Amino acid sequence: MMIDSWLPPETTLDQCIKCNICVSYCPVSEVTDRFPGPKYAGPQAQRFRMADQPSPDLSVDYCSGCRVCNEVCPNDVNIMEMNARARAALAAEKGIPLRNRLLGRNELLGKVGSYAPNLANFALHNPLSRIAADAILGIAKEAPLPRWSVTGTFGDWWEEHYPRRLISDKKVVYFHGCATMYYEPFIGVAAVLVLEHMGYEVIVPPQNCCGLPMLSNGEFKAASKLYDNNLRKLGPLAAAGYDIVGASTSCTLTLKEEAPHLLDRHGEAEQTLTHAVWDIFEWIRERLDELPRDFVAMEMVIPYHPPCQYRAHRAGRPAMDVLEMIPGVEVHESHARCCGIAGTYGYKKEKYDIAMKVGQELFTFILEEEERHHTEFNACDSETCRWQIEHGSGQDSRHPIEILAAAYGLYDLNARKPMASPARHERWTEVNTAGGA
Amino acid sequence: MKKLSTEIVVIGGGATGVGVVWDAALRGFDAILVERRDLCHGTSGRFHGLLHSGGRYVVKDPVSAKECIHENRILRRTHAHCIEDTGGFFVVTPEDEGSDYPDRFVQGCAAAGVPCQEIPVAQALKEEPRLNPRISRVFRVPDASIDGFLMVHATVQAAREAGARIFTYHEVTDLLITGSEGDRRVTGVSVRDLVHGEDIAIQADMVINAAGAWSGKIAAMAGARVDIVPGKGIMIATAHRIVNSVINRCKWPSDGDILVPAHTVSIIGTTDTPVADPEDLRIEEWEIRKMLEEGEKLAPGFKKTRIMRVWAGVRPLYKETHVTDDRDISRKFTLLDHQTRDGVAGLITITGGKLTTFRLMAEKAVDRAAAYLGARRPCATATTPVPGARHGYYWLGHRLKEVEEGGLQNQLICECELVTRGMLENAARRNPTIGLDDLRRDVRLGMGPCQGGFCTYRAVGVIHELNLGHAVTSDIEVSDWKVADLHSPASNPSDEGVIAGETGNRGNALYNPNLLLRDFLQERWRGVVPIVWGQQLKQEQLDRLIYLDIMNGDHLPDAGLKSPLSDFYHKDMTPNDHLEEAHD
Repeated sequence: MMIDSWLPPETTLDQCIKCNICVSYCPVSEVTDRFPGPKYAGPQAQRFRMADQPSPDLSVDYCSGCRVCNEVCPNDVNIMEMNARARAALAAEKGIPLRNRLLGRNELLGKVGSYAPNLANFALHNPLSRIAADAILGIAKEAPLPRWSVTGTFGDWWEEHYPRRLISDKKVVYFHGCATMYYEPFIGVAAVLVLEHMGYEVIVPPQNCCGLPMLSNGEFKAASKLYDNNLRKLGPLAAAGYDIVGASTSCTLTLKEEAPHLLDRHGEAEQTLTHAVWDIFEWIRERLDELPRDFVAMEMVIPYHPPCQYRAHRAGRPAMDVLEMIPGVEVHESHARCCGIAGTYGYKKEKYDIAMKVGQELFTFILEEEERHHTEFNACDSETCRWQIEHGSGQDSRHPIEILAAAYGLYDLNARKPMASPARHERWTEVNTAGGA
Repeated sequence: MKKLSTEIVVIGGGATGVGVVWDAALRGFDAILVERRDLCHGTSGRFHGLLHSGGRYVVKDPVSAKECIHENRILRRTHAHCIEDTGGFFVVTPEDEGSDYPDRFVQGCAAAGVPCQEIPVAQALKEEPRLNPRISRVFRVPDASIDGFLMVHATVQAAREAGARIFTYHEVTDLLITGSEGDRRVTGVSVRDLVHGEDIAIQADMVINAAGAWSGKIAAMAGARVDIVPGKGIMIATAHRIVNSVINRCKWPSDGDILVPAHTVSIIGTTDTPVADPEDLRIEEWEIRKMLEEGEKLAPGFKKTRIMRVWAGVRPLYKETHVTDDRDISRKFTLLDHQTRDGVAGLITITGGKLTTFRLMAEKAVDRAAAYLGARRPCATATTPVPGARHGYYWLGHRLKEVEEGGLQNQLICECELVTRGMLENAARRNPTIGLDDLRRDVRLGMGPCQGGFCTYRAVGVIHELNLGHAVTSDIEVSDWKVADLHSPASNPSDEGVIAGETGNRGNALYNPNLLLRDFLQERWRGVVPIVWGQQLKQEQLDRLIYLDIMNGDHLPDAGLKSPLSDFYHKDMTPNDHLEEAHD
């Protein structure tokens, strides 16, 4: 199935029959005239593009890459990929602004900031810096930039956890990604707790940024290097038959499909990696027989927004499917098209307002849910989406893996850290008695 | 009857005719061109768009090759904006190996002066990734892609600026003849204005018959026998460009061996089948199969590529019947002096040839006419750029770039070909227009993958608002008749509303928006029906839903109305079964 899809995305332009379904669903063209819509920027403009000639269109830069168009297209036109490649051609020709280079290098930023996270947070987040970044770099001063973890990186935690880790015959590789490494180590903690609770020994191999931020900013060459590095580091594990799971839907999508597809990498090693990589919930849902049912009952409604990347994973709503198994949990899907942020799109000064308008239907949903069901937080699998949702709705957002970890009594959802272990056993007994199991 | 008089009347609004009227006007002759339909409606608007380097003829017909490279160089200056400088390759495919043709080709190019350079196969594949990787040799030549519609329009505009008058939708009903057998003289033409139903007599000192495949019929009106065997050739367009250079097979010229990038599509051609009637443009199944098979040899995967349209054009192949025929000019085109040949003075027929050599044909025809008119003035066409030539070659992305820079995305009428409202309005106002098909030739309306399925309705609305449908063709000022920027979104701002209703054509019996709509869709369907499979079938299913179910198009009122072209659009196109057998 995957092999058939390795045609260059441009060749799918002939499948377009101009039906306009993509145009009527595109959340970006609905709120701004700067993006004329997926049909125009994708299959139509593609007929006027030619290698070795100047890029004729600039508006393709306003495509956020959310993939709503790909999902609704009845004829499988790879609109988003076509746009991404057109954007790369544009970037190659016009040069990439410093801002986009910075936004593409979140791994480097993460690493540097982590040496002195308090200082880095102050340097980045104080109002004066934000005004300067807005004026000089064009990074919107209101945009929800992340904060460096001040309690150590995921790597620090893993090092500490390593001697106590579960040793098992069942092994799985964990790809944490940059955001978990430097900004939100607790996501990785929750993931490891759940995987170990399922009886798996977790392997955290050396790895680097998946390259998505560079791909979406048109830096294909640099992204290619990152992909190569990951292929070298993860490829042997994939070849040895290990599954590689990640909790960041965008990172896993990039390793799985986006990078090889956009960069025209279709070798055997690439395909082996593609088949080994899973979104963590997609992977868990395949192993429901191995999933412990010792849940702590949680009486709550969780407004849930599946991030755009799930569309490209073509895996349905695995996080929703799994969370709904927790007794007492009622998951309400947002049905919103996009939160607006689309990776680094909403950070950009000229696109911030567009991103906020795009996200409005989601923010409204979250707030209505809050009013109706007194929800305290919502859930979403992707980090930048969560930051945008928190920014736009004012409500805290959690990764579904945090909720699952909490449902096992392993994780404190408010403090976002592991529970002290005794608590778990008490609750476990409680639930099992109450459930009559 | 309305009467006009002039020095030279040119019959036929194809490349040759407009070349003649342009040449005549530049030499200071008073000239009128009459064309029974729109400019370029015939053969000049139904070819593959190749501006020959001459490479195709270097072995078979070196004289023709020399003419081609000579004219190629001239047209690149005089008609630059009608040309995309794509360059061309002659490739030796596995099927062509084992022949001495490639070596003869190289020698032929040298002898005819056609620049030719052998390049590594890897280099050609890098430039043209869709090219058959199994080719063994590649030669680069200065072929190019030329927009025949724009070329003809630009030439006519140059002629008008030099004082010529152009009457489209004026059909020649007869030649005016004086004298008796053996001493006859053509003194002009009778024409019928098909829009207004009016007859006009045009007195002229010289009539030049440039009616192409129809020129036998014109000559017959003077009692002269000119045997034209219309040679039909089909062309197939892919829905997007699959190559960016002209690709020729390096072998003896045959069917389906040229693939030309033309604006947003690639066109493969062609066949050569004698037909009795030049209006017989039906497409045979074997012709389509042949194109697909040959296309596959040039660009593997061609058969699976979305085919968007097929059409046929007829070459005016002249069959020599008279020993006195003027054969000294070239073997590829023919100048018939009917005074020396048939004893009919005042009439010249210029026929055969190809679009690339239209200027040279016109030069020879006007040279002869000028001699008869006693005014040997030098030809100026080789050194006179037509309006718009200063823009230089066009490139594939130019429309998109202008739409983007001008923020004209919400002005698009034809989304596939990026025709803005302003382009359509100005073309309709400034160019004689009977139906939407004429606007198609002006601005490429409806020429993209949906084949008019969406834009037809919008375009009819725009024309209806302007009240310009079936505009009076002869009342337009020369200065208003602009073509230099016909293809430029940026140069055609829409003045929506300001000019609405200005021409008051509602009194014209032919003016009817439903007729405009039906005519154009019928014309578009003609070219889709023979290739309606795969992705284009999906497209047509949607187009059909829009036409029948959403717009209820088949039940629009005034179904009985006809334009001068309605019958042509409805002509039977059913393939001939017996021909199929012959080729199987």
